[in-house]
Amino acid sequence: MDLYEYQAKQLFGKHGLPITAGDVATDVDAAVAISESINGPVVVKAQVKTGGRGKAGGVKLAKDPAETREIATAILGMDIKGHTVHKVLVAHAADIAEEYYVSFLLDRANRAFLAMASVEGGVEIEEVAVNNPEALAKIRIDALEGVTPEKAREIAAAAKFDEAIQGQVADILVKLWAVMVAEDATLVEVNPLVLTPTGEVLALDGKVTIDDNADYRQPEHASFDDSNVDDIETRAKAMGLNYVKLEGDVGIIGNGAGLVMSTLDVVAYAGEEFGDIKPANFLDIGGGASAEVMANGLDIVLNDPDVQAVFVNIFGGITSCDAVANGILQAVDQLGDSVTKPIVCRIDGNNAVVGREILTNSNHPLIELVETMDAAARRVAELAAAKKGA
Amino acid sequence: MAIWLNEDSKILVQGMTGSEGTKHTRLMVASGANVVAGVTPGKAGADVDGIPVFNDVAAAMAATGANVSVVFVPPKFAKAAVEEAVDAKIPLCVVITEGIPVHDSAQFYQYAVNAGTTRIIGPNCPGIISPGKSNAGIIPSDITKPGRIGLVSKSGTLTYQMMYELRDFGFTTCVGIGGDPIIGTTHIDALEAFQNDPETDAIVMIGEIGGDAEERAAAYIKDHVTKPVVGYVAGFTAPEGKTMGHAGAIVSGSSGTAVAKQEALEAAGVQVGRTPSATADLMRKILS
Repeated sequence: MDLYEYQAKQLFGKHGLPITAGDVATDVDAAVAISESINGPVVVKAQVKTGGRGKAGGVKLAKDPAETREIATAILGMDIKGHTVHKVLVAHAADIAEEYYVSFLLDRANRAFLAMASVEGGVEIEEVAVNNPEALAKIRIDALEGVTPEKAREIAAAAKFDEAIQGQVADILVKLWAVMVAEDATLVEVNPLVLTPTGEVLALDGKVTIDDNADYRQPEHASFDDSNVDDIETRAKAMGLNYVKLEGDVGIIGNGAGLVMSTLDVVAYAGEEFGDIKPANFLDIGGGASAEVMANGLDIVLNDPDVQAVFVNIFGGITSCDAVANGILQAVDQLGDSVTKPIVCRIDGNNAVVGREILTNSNHPLIELVETMDAAARRVAELAAAKKGA
Repeated sequence: MAIWLNEDSKILVQGMTGSEGTKHTRLMVASGANVVAGVTPGKAGADVDGIPVFNDVAAAMAATGANVSVVFVPPKFAKAAVEEAVDAKIPLCVVITEGIPVHDSAQFYQYAVNAGTTRIIGPNCPGIISPGKSNAGIIPSDITKPGRIGLVSKSGTLTYQMMYELRDFGFTTCVGIGGDPIIGTTHIDALEAFQNDPETDAIVMIGEIGGDAEERAAAYIKDHVTKPVVGYVAGFTAPEGKTMGHAGAIVSGSSGTAVAKQEALEAAGVQVGRTPSATADLMRKILS
């Protein structure tokens, strides 16, 4: 999960990184109150999980609480690349002499971590990496050794930080690595890290991505999740389903992440023929494809108003196809009258012949069996197009 | 021959007394695998269908000569279990467990690299099967037969799908390397082993969005693989920034896309199928 800037800065503060005074507000009065408590110029920043806030007008300076009121009123509720601004961070506006960049991230290719640092901060680091690669120091971090004070000094020196502040930067790097490890993060980034005219180094803006697999040992992270409880993704998550909402018309259920991704592709290819029919979701019900999970999955997908037809694509491995077929029928039975959309099934693999017989013999008016994945994708796209056009 | 797993493999199961461990131990045994021991701390002396359980990996290896471990323990205990297997110097450790925090995987991977004695496959993978010889993990054994194709894949069910589609030809070894961001064995490791395996005539490689493992595998194929390779990549329609089931399956900005992977593979001379069935057809044409 990607965190908001204010959440990232909460974690920075918790681990002793130097940050500016400030707090998050969900309404204008609260924003003004924070501005009053800071006693000086503030920066009002839209909290959205997307880049380009500044360009969109979501980051503005306010010299006093009155101006904070004006700016917070303008920013709260603003739309930035499809994200509505519900929160603003109001923080002390630090005087900036220099802007730098530091981060740690998971390095998949080298199966370790990577430190990146540059004295050219405050801009998109991808641009620095492309246009001025020698200005971006990249140092491998061993997962077992981590970032020792020596390693931190090595990074600061490699990035050519001024010697006068290398000690401060190294100290910040050690603390930033503590955020990375203690919070089970896969990315911690400070951009910009700034030098004030008085020689202080401060983390002005931050980005943190945390590892959802570590939720069991990070109970505090639950409070970071502000997803809307009414949306389908949140409902699916509560049912323990691996679901992603997409923009399309065909509900997809399959077993195994790779097979489901593949199913989305095959449906999209087939859909090109029928006026650009597309998959409406990703839903992986797991290798076992049990009846109970199938029922939950169908429940979620059938209740998505965008869905015109459903494609159930199961490969029976350990769970043989007869069990899968019975599971589908039980699930449809359990859902009763709420099943109103056609369901195209393709089941293959272990004991496929018997499984298909079970589905065929059920004579369910909405269940249609198609033998291959490619042909089933074509059929479901056709049905969705017909229903959409009707 | 086969790669990494053969008729001489003696398997121990870490977490054998748990429900998944017991279920899959029975399936492995039924498929003809030689499962010689289980490991569950504090349960020495117990057994599962007559297979003895030991307190630790070293004791199990000493008593039974086990040379492959399959790990079914929950995410919380997985790091300790893998490091214990590495300490015991087991040559192959197959980590089935899904949902391990990536910091833990990064640490046990580095731990194994430092020790230099253990190959890790996974985590979050279905395991490895050499049909007719041995089976370490949860891959169903009766959907294919022994043959001369090598298969390496990030995805479990796509592995099964491909094994089944090409069951008339059969496989030397099928390896599910797992869909996590950090994995012990990569596409390249498997490609190298298949290239060096005299019984493997051709290779199927299945990839998916996220990271650049497929791009690097393509570069490796260009320089080192002379056997025919066909490829498949899943996730062309995946939106940017969303994790698609596998923790590692995510397009970040413009990197990790299926298009980039397909282009890299094709540039390396790999034929890439548009669907799993089309990919199987490409392999069929090569072999017939």
